[in-house]
Amino acid sequence: MSGRALDALRGLSRIRPWEPVLWLLAFAAPAALPSHALMINEIAVFALFAISLDLILGFTGIVSLGHAAFFGMGAYAAALFAKWVLPDPLSGLLFAMAVCSVLGAVCSLSILRGTDLTRLMVTLGVALILLELANQMSWLTGGADGLQGVVMAPLLGRFEFGLSGMTAAYYSLCVTFTLFIVLRRLVYSPFGATLMAVRDNRLRAMAIGIPVSARLASVYIIAAVIAGAAGALLAQTTGFASLDVFDFHRSADVMLLLVIGGTGWLYGGIVGAVVFKIMHALLSAVTPQYWTFWIGLFLVVLVMTGRERLIRPWTWWGRSRL
Amino acid sequence: MLTILFDGVAYGMLLFVLAVGLAVTMGLMNFINLAHGAFAMAGGYLTVVLMQRLDVAFLWCLPLAFLFSASLGALLERTLYRPMYAKPHLDQVLFSIGLTFMAVAGTDYFLGSTQQIIQLPDWLRGRTEIGSGDWILGMGHYRLFIIGVCAALTVALQYALAKTRFGSRLRASVDDQRVAAGLGIHVNRVFLTTFAVGSGLAGLGGALGAEVLGLDPSFPLKFMIYFLIVVAVGGTSSITGPLLAALLLGIADVAGKYYIPKLGAFIVYSLMILILVWRPQGLFVRVGAK
Repeated sequence: MSGRALDALRGLSRIRPWEPVLWLLAFAAPAALPSHALMINEIAVFALFAISLDLILGFTGIVSLGHAAFFGMGAYAAALFAKWVLPDPLSGLLFAMAVCSVLGAVCSLSILRGTDLTRLMVTLGVALILLELANQMSWLTGGADGLQGVVMAPLLGRFEFGLSGMTAAYYSLCVTFTLFIVLRRLVYSPFGATLMAVRDNRLRAMAIGIPVSARLASVYIIAAVIAGAAGALLAQTTGFASLDVFDFHRSADVMLLLVIGGTGWLYGGIVGAVVFKIMHALLSAVTPQYWTFWIGLFLVVLVMTGRERLIRPWTWWGRSRL
Repeated sequence: MLTILFDGVAYGMLLFVLAVGLAVTMGLMNFINLAHGAFAMAGGYLTVVLMQRLDVAFLWCLPLAFLFSASLGALLERTLYRPMYAKPHLDQVLFSIGLTFMAVAGTDYFLGSTQQIIQLPDWLRGRTEIGSGDWILGMGHYRLFIIGVCAALTVALQYALAKTRFGSRLRASVDDQRVAAGLGIHVNRVFLTTFAVGSGLAGLGGALGAEVLGLDPSFPLKFMIYFLIVVAVGGTSSITGPLLAALLLGIADVAGKYYIPKLGAFIVYSLMILILVWRPQGLFVRVGAK
């Protein structure tokens, strides 16, 4: 790789001044708002989930409607591990990630070929199959009642998961932060640059010698592992896993929150998770039953006006350039 | 066993009528419309409302459902859908999911979340049995009616597509939009008509299927995957492809639910994934189409 290309990559990967500020704010949040620690925990989990979708959607251009498959798999894997093997959270997290890497490797075979429509169908189908499986194997998963009685051991043998959610929030924040740093390194590496090349023009990427299928498969596995980690965090911090984790709503919601924050820059997931959770809390306080209507309206308006403009407020007034 | 086959065929025909509009619009405009089920639901609910509140006869409801969904489709195509054609697939998916959510919550708000029941007229309620023993064939009259209507529709569609001037315009636009426009075909008008007819057929299917499939506000989400399976497996370049895919899906689903109820929808989904991994463009694709 030539020196100029390396410089361009380094320029992209340079840490912007606002990034440490954002993370400091995130870590200060549970201490500043102790009553909202549970919500902060959820935001961290969904941010991680959305970041993993961003990896395949924003950076590689794979449209997936079934990302909840990995989220749910991670949740059930972590919950079952805690219940039957070892209640330690960190080893449960690693176990869930390992399980999801296997699942991701199997599923990656299905997304290599075909059009966007085929991929939508296949990803959606995998999530639905897992939902059916979790529903039918009630001896293992508790079926429609959910998997109950998951008790976690204290984190690192010291910090109890209390009712206040303080430990949960910091645990999720730390895991999200660590994985985020790893992913940030990854997408701004030459490997990440090849992913974006595949997204922008698969034919040309192939022509300059990028092994497209191998890249797609490996990024899909990585995204599966990250989504599994998010699911595991949710199951561990709530002590519960239910069929809801595989639901179509999960996949649609995570896509929505990623789109709110903007695809292809990793922070989209975090911004989106914060906005989405707050919006959800406000809307469901106003209309508990019909808040999906407003979410739907929001989506339609968002796409009609161009979703890129939402995260660029300076383009709100003035002509859109299409 | 024949009874199951018969029910499967009826179910498949119904799915075909519901999904054929989606197949044609997807082939024509390369637009992924996840909100197709909402038009079907509109037709179904119109029938329920007309029959329960205004006492309209069931047979009159069917054309009305078609017209209602078709005009709804035309209106939305003109106002909302048209700017979406040029956008990336991700935008289209988000847009149509948004519409679906709105349709689900809106129906829930106005008409309640309970399952709606359609009172069929007496002459559609009976059941005829032919043969005996293992090879008994029990035909519900309503299912027979569904098969009849859907078969007639299929023949009419095939005729319209193959023999009429509009059909050749439509096929030309599907094959190559730019050249078709260059030949003086009003591609936008073809789009509009096709979208309206497709939505209308979905509405008709929703009205016919309300009794068989069940009708509640979550209908568009519940059956979205089925419509998409029909389209993805059948391909979008002809209507025989989706027809065969719909029949296959109908029979597999009914048989699967009857013989192995434990696995339920599992079989259908796995079959779909296998087929799509094996032939990503669908089972029945014309060679040489774009």
